[in-house]
Amino acid sequence: MNSEKKPLLAPGHTACAGCGQAIAARLVVDAAGPNTIIANSTGCLEVFTTKYPESAWEIPWIHSLFENSAAVASGIEAALRYLGKKETINVIAQGGDGGSADIGLQAISGMLERGQDILYVCYDNEAYMNTGVQRSGLTPFNSNTSTSPAGSVSYGNIRPKKPMPEIALAHGIPYVATATVAFVPDLQRKVKKALSIRGPKYIQVHVPCPLGWRHGPELTLEIAKAAVETGLYPIIEYENGSLIGVRKITPRPVEDYLKSQGRFRHLFKNPEEIKKIQDIANNNIQKYGLAAANQPSQ
Amino acid sequence: MREFLEGSLAVARIIKACKPGVISAYPITPQTHMVEELANFVANGELNSQFVNVESEHSAASVVLGSVAAGVRSYTATSSQGLFYMAEVIFNIAGMRLPLVLTCANRAISAPISIWNDHQDSISLRDSGWIQFYTENLQETVDFHLISYRLSEDKHIMLPVMVCMDGYTLTHGIETIDMPDEAKVDSFLPPYKPLYKLDVDNPLSFGPLADPDYYMETRYAIHQTHKDVLEIMPKLTSEFSRVFGRHYNGLIEEYHTKDAERVIVAMGSVCGTVKEVIDELRAKGKKVGLLKIIAYRPFPAEAIYEALKNIPKVAVLDRSLSLGSYAPVASEVKAAFFGKKKRPEVISSFVVGIGGRDITKDSIKEVLRLVNGREKSNEFIDLKPELLKEEYE
Ligand SMILES: Cc1ncc(C[n+]2csc(CCOP(=O)(O)OP(=O)(O)O)c2C)c(N)n1
Ligand SMILES: [Mg+2]
Repeated sequence: MNSEKKPLLAPGHTACAGCGQAIAARLVVDAAGPNTIIANSTGCLEVFTTKYPESAWEIPWIHSLFENSAAVASGIEAALRYLGKKETINVIAQGGDGGSADIGLQAISGMLERGQDILYVCYDNEAYMNTGVQRSGLTPFNSNTSTSPAGSVSYGNIRPKKPMPEIALAHGIPYVATATVAFVPDLQRKVKKALSIRGPKYIQVHVPCPLGWRHGPELTLEIAKAAVETGLYPIIEYENGSLIGVRKITPRPVEDYLKSQGRFRHLFKNPEEIKKIQDIANNNIQKYGLAAANQPSQ
Repeated sequence: MREFLEGSLAVARIIKACKPGVISAYPITPQTHMVEELANFVANGELNSQFVNVESEHSAASVVLGSVAAGVRSYTATSSQGLFYMAEVIFNIAGMRLPLVLTCANRAISAPISIWNDHQDSISLRDSGWIQFYTENLQETVDFHLISYRLSEDKHIMLPVMVCMDGYTLTHGIETIDMPDEAKVDSFLPPYKPLYKLDVDNPLSFGPLADPDYYMETRYAIHQTHKDVLEIMPKLTSEFSRVFGRHYNGLIEEYHTKDAERVIVAMGSVCGTVKEVIDELRAKGKKVGLLKIIAYRPFPAEAIYEALKNIPKVAVLDRSLSLGSYAPVASEVKAAFFGKKKRPEVISSFVVGIGGRDITKDSIKEVLRLVNGREKSNEFIDLKPELLKEEYE
């Protein structure tokens, strides 16, 4: 990133200290550049960047509702096409994991199916954070949230993450990738690459939330890195339906990722529950071939 | 040019003449024909527009929200469940002060599911900030679409407009229509010049969070603009009549009200039936009249007061309900007289044509008979008592 350039998501917004989504959103818009229009779903990112009369956005930006950023972006794209300006302007729709994988999934599916030239970015902090850490379809297995609390007969969220990248991929779109705020050049490269391809694109970015995950704000990048290196958040890239890249790892035990987060603390009394999470990581490592060449895959 | 056309096709024709750059809609009876015809125009190169097929009405409304925000005139149409599915976006479009025209092919609301006509769909969204017109016949429907784009895009207004036309009666009815000449349409409706838009050369943020220090004024401002619409409409319709030769007052229409002893107040296509009954009864020397409300939002309370203040007996027809309370149009007509010096002796409220129940000339005559008696509230006409037996005890 050229540090001379004015950031397109200006500082001074009201995100919490250590907010992964705030960092990632700035990296995304800076990679996209000033010729970009963004449609943003309701959620933390919208709230902390545009409290009237201020706005942190230096590009044209619109927020309408929680579940419709993909459809609003579709209207913007159609308008630009009508005006003959689509070739020079990027259109991005973005939202949180809840706005994307749950309530907005239908609108995203419509957008992906229509073949419109739009990049959808899902900032995955693994729960409905703006409303107080309720579980979403992208909340991981056994995570303690306010609507999937751990209790005497529960270990928290009962289901694994919804496979959003695969769902996007199944629409036959030209580009699907996951990324993380922990690996900046990879995230920005993927945004630029996606925007260089015509048609619908989907990128899902893993973004720790210190408040919701209950970790220190200084640990955001470290935890995001651990998610990848344990195999719990595979960093993958598909072009035209083929897996063209994965971030290779030397797998670390999942405890390395779980231990510094309050949302998983209850599991440490129950090693068999941690074992189930290790199984999820092992599955990912095998499915996507994540293990570096000198590592035996498990 | 005078043409014999189905209502939906006539709407499609006038929309084509208004040249929206983006159209998005989702199918629902009885709205389908108008959207299909627009799709044909685009497919045949007769209309240069982006026709965006969507997976739901929520997205149809969101697409046109986005396209208008990007500075391009847009269009959508829906009905009933579709309008309700849009409801969240409907409020949002008005709150963001985006000009748009939506055709509502009025249809009853489920359950029980019904594809037939009443006004419950659009009436339920009367508080959304949209301007609402209810049309009587196809000529008026066509003309009001054109007038609505002009009004909506007026830089002093910047609010969306819903043109409400009765499902089937108007959408599928066939009439001879004087289709406005495209060159005249162009002169009456210049290309849309947005006051504000999503523009990379002048980056603005749309749709911020407003805390209690700011929210209330945004609602107040919309309310004030509705009052401005009451002032602007008569001027706009005069200009329309200079160009096209047809005159509308734009807010209400009075039919034989001046010397009337009994006046029916109504909205939409039923006004045609009411006029026929009035003609018949006038021929027999009965002093009856009609006050047609065209603009339901803004509600032209002052014009209604002036038209009815000296009328002894008024019967208000409602084609929707506010279940558990007074019918919507009647309660607002009554409110127009509160605290005023003059008022009719009787303002009775009648519920007619719910879920497509036929409103015949006899139904109207029954209303005119009943308005002679004591004041009535929510009096259902053509109700079938035999269907009201309890089945489960
Ligand atoms: C239709 C609708 N339902 C619910 C809400 C309440 N709501 C606003 S933001 C939000 C959570 C957002 O979660 P997510 O999309 O994951 O974004 P995050 O805040 O976590 O970044 C919810 C439930 C709403 N605004 N609209
Ligand atoms: Mg979230």
